[in-house]
Amino acid sequence: MYEEAKFLPAGDRALVMELGAEVSPVINRKIRNLSLGIRKQGIKGIEELLPTYRSILINYNPLLIQRRELIRELKKIEKSISDFNLPQPKLVEIPICYGGEYGLDLEYVAQYNNLSPIEVIELHSAEEYLIYMLGFTPGFAYLGGLAEQIATPRLKEPRVEIPAGSVGIAGQQTGIYPISSPGGWQLIGRTPLKLFDPQRQIPILEGIKAGNYLKFIPITEVKYEEIKEKVESGEY
Amino acid sequence: MGAIEVLRGGTLTTVQDQGRKGYLQSGMPRAGAVDSYAFRLANLLVANPPQAAVLEATLQGPELIFKEEAVIAVTGADMAPQLDGKQLPMWQAVQVSKGSVLSLGTVKSGLRSYIAIAGGIDVPLVMGSKATYLRGSLGGFKGRSLQAGDRLKFLDSEGVDTSLLGKNLYKYKDSLVDYLEAEEIRVVLGPQDDHFTKASLETFLNTEYKLDNRADRMGCRLIGPTLEHRQGPDIISDGIPLGAIQVPGHGQPIIMLADRQTTGGYAKIATVISVDLPKVAQSKPGDKLEFRAVTVEQAQLELRARAEEIKEFSKLLARKSENTKKYFRVKVNGEEFSVEIEEVE
Repeated sequence: MYEEAKFLPAGDRALVMELGAEVSPVINRKIRNLSLGIRKQGIKGIEELLPTYRSILINYNPLLIQRRELIRELKKIEKSISDFNLPQPKLVEIPICYGGEYGLDLEYVAQYNNLSPIEVIELHSAEEYLIYMLGFTPGFAYLGGLAEQIATPRLKEPRVEIPAGSVGIAGQQTGIYPISSPGGWQLIGRTPLKLFDPQRQIPILEGIKAGNYLKFIPITEVKYEEIKEKVESGEY
Repeated sequence: MGAIEVLRGGTLTTVQDQGRKGYLQSGMPRAGAVDSYAFRLANLLVANPPQAAVLEATLQGPELIFKEEAVIAVTGADMAPQLDGKQLPMWQAVQVSKGSVLSLGTVKSGLRSYIAIAGGIDVPLVMGSKATYLRGSLGGFKGRSLQAGDRLKFLDSEGVDTSLLGKNLYKYKDSLVDYLEAEEIRVVLGPQDDHFTKASLETFLNTEYKLDNRADRMGCRLIGPTLEHRQGPDIISDGIPLGAIQVPGHGQPIIMLADRQTTGGYAKIATVISVDLPKVAQSKPGDKLEFRAVTVEQAQLELRARAEEIKEFSKLLARKSENTKKYFRVKVNGEEFSVEIEEVE
């Protein structure tokens, strides 16, 4: 972590407040603290915050606040925060059906790491993953904490279409595709939940928020179909 | 409540407004009009509030039939718009009668055209905005671009506001459309300009780039000399501001636009200044761009000047129309007619 935040220019309507040069839960916690502090302060001219791993993109209206004044305010907040009352982190459980047609690369991930598919499932579902941030596509959570024993490089040739809900591994990362998209992740399973649903009142799945934790719960194919039906009819 | 029916969708015509605010931290892109200037002026001309939804046409425009009379304005790229086969003046409020057909052709200059209808396009708000976000299939008209047969509504219960007619921005600024063909794009360096070699920074600011075919609402790729990173293109993923110029491993810059992903892991060499983003929005594949660095302060002065200009336009347009034409609606034997009377000296 830097001794004090760095302020980087990001055009004439935004700036980056950067707290460190690495991915760590400590820096990320400070990011969430600061974001909360900035929001509470209600600085005029700030339009929207985008907190990420180790920095906050601060969108502001320069017609309402001078850049220098904004930075002065932000520095003040940085100095004054100790630890705000961050909301108690929640644990979000994501049912996932591993392997088979839902996880086409489970066998490969196992082979690559000299494990059995069962061992991969056990390691992957044992962890409580910290949600560092959301980004990339709507509802995509950047997770920390993948067991090194199951880290696997991306596919050499990305797939053209990966169904929404697919759970994959890419290097040291694991994550869920919220919408169908092309991609090169090693697919190990799929969740029947909709992480992103534009038809829903709140399109992002409840609880998928920076600072919360996520845990994968292995389910059978039968259970997968059961939950999927309930999701479709809005009962889940 | 008026309605229009789409006879031809055009290359990519979507409903857009100012975009979604407040959901960046959920990974939801802003979307919204790519050329915020043409968008703003289109709404201004028909006396809409700044957030009213309009149609954004790309490359080749749509053909629309009006089921009710309306006042419209077309701004941005010149797609040689026609109303019932006659040339339609742009940057001007125009009356459209019931049954009239508005037809936009292929761009002559610029890339994106904006059609504002007095009252605004009426589509449901999704996360606070009417903007279409194509990749998420949400917002706008069913989350997609318009197709033949689609029927859109516009909010305008008051009938035609004749005081708007004939109001024309050309009168006030004859250089209005110069930006459509502009090549110079001013940027503020950063946030990761220090990730590039000194030679590459020089190259970036002193070479001509060409727009690649791969250009959409998310961003446009440029073709030019390869830029080199000091230690690889990857950074810890962070927020991507509007107009950010990111440079992946292949060394070719990409300018990030309205539908860009909220975060990304490539170093960003510079950010296009706000008042020059409309120039980028109107650049099409094959166009040349040259970058020039300015300070944040200079860029903000330009932004202030732009805000003043729009305020000035707004004042001028709010004045009573100098048009001597008067419009009446007359009912004869239960049938309604629009009558136009012009004073002749």
